[in-house]
Amino acid sequence: MFRRPGPNKKRPHTLSSSKDLSQLMRLARGGDDEAYRQLLGQVAVWLRGVARRGLVRAGRGVEDCEDVVQETLLAMHLKRDSWDAAQPLEPWLRAIAHHKLVDHLRRRGFRDHLDLADLAETLPSPQAAEEGASVDARQMLSCLSERQRGIVVAISIEGSSARDVGQKLGMSEGAVRVALHRALKILAVVYRRQQP
Amino acid sequence: MKTDELITALVADRAAPGLSLARKILLALLVGGLLSLCLFLVILGVRHDFATALATWRFDLKLVLMLLALLLAFGVCRALARPITPPHPGRRLLPLLALAIAAVATELAVVPTAALGTRLVGSNALICLSAIPVLSLAPLAALLAALRSAAPPSPVLAGAAAGLLAAAGGAALYALHCFDDSPLFVATWYTLAAIPVVALGAVAGHRLLRW
Repeated sequence: MFRRPGPNKKRPHTLSSSKDLSQLMRLARGGDDEAYRQLLGQVAVWLRGVARRGLVRAGRGVEDCEDVVQETLLAMHLKRDSWDAAQPLEPWLRAIAHHKLVDHLRRRGFRDHLDLADLAETLPSPQAAEEGASVDARQMLSCLSERQRGIVVAISIEGSSARDVGQKLGMSEGAVRVALHRALKILAVVYRRQQP
Repeated sequence: MKTDELITALVADRAAPGLSLARKILLALLVGGLLSLCLFLVILGVRHDFATALATWRFDLKLVLMLLALLLAFGVCRALARPITPPHPGRRLLPLLALAIAAVATELAVVPTAALGTRLVGSNALICLSAIPVLSLAPLAALLAALRSAAPPSPVLAGAAAGLLAAAGGAALYALHCFDDSPLFVATWYTLAAIPVVALGAVAGHRLLRW
């Protein structure tokens, strides 16, 4: 039995303050890319606050902040099947974020208890802007094959569509998406293995 | 890579949703179980007096215990593989424990004290201790592979639960071969045989199910 969250109180810095995330995720599952982009964008802003405060609480510098945000976004994306659409999205998001933050800190030797609810809600949330991942992007992408790297760069950094990339590389759109999916899985592993 | 760029890549990745977790676990149990079934038929085989045994309450009860163990371990495994684990997943095993205690109590009441030792030791204890872990290996491997796409808060516990489910599968097969039907024997030796499988699952889970 799942512990159901209490009624949604209006708190200034909670995840759900701006938009119904569960609804966005349902739309995204139905193939609505714009809804998914909006969801990931909102989650990224929330995560940035949580990660920053978690790092500070653990006595670490905030330069890893964007790494935690990206690693968590990747995990949420790759594990999104584990969300039960009948349940609200927020507790699931918190569980994933908590797991990734604790995992990130543990790899750096921090073993104390960290309460995510505490980090997410009681402390003021600075509207921190993104400062770019501290890990050299090229170093991250260097773990990919040349073709995968080309596809990730073309889609994410140059903003090409999967179809255009396919035409350029002589691949079908489906093959491009398969390669992209594999590349994202590899990136998730690379993030997890990376040591300070 | 900037976070916005990563988001663009994530949005572009429209990998179709996979099977549900329950189906993945079920499929893994089936595939691993089939491999173990082949191994079982080659090495051990179903006991020759199967039809006669079916008419005895001890053998039937043994089968019921195995099916209940499979069912409950499945629930535990699924619960522990989810990002939000329900509280006290171990309590799901209580019905199995209750039935096992009731079965042992009945046996103790029915069988004369002098014969209890023979019932407990049985004739196959060592084979039981080695056969159940061996028959659990294929299901365990398949389950761990299936759980890699899950998001367990504790990879160790999820691995242990996979070990428990695999052991239940191995035990269910072995139960078809074993002549020792006494609940005393089953409760003792089958449980002991499951321990190394659960431990192996926990260790493997720590290595394989981290995310």
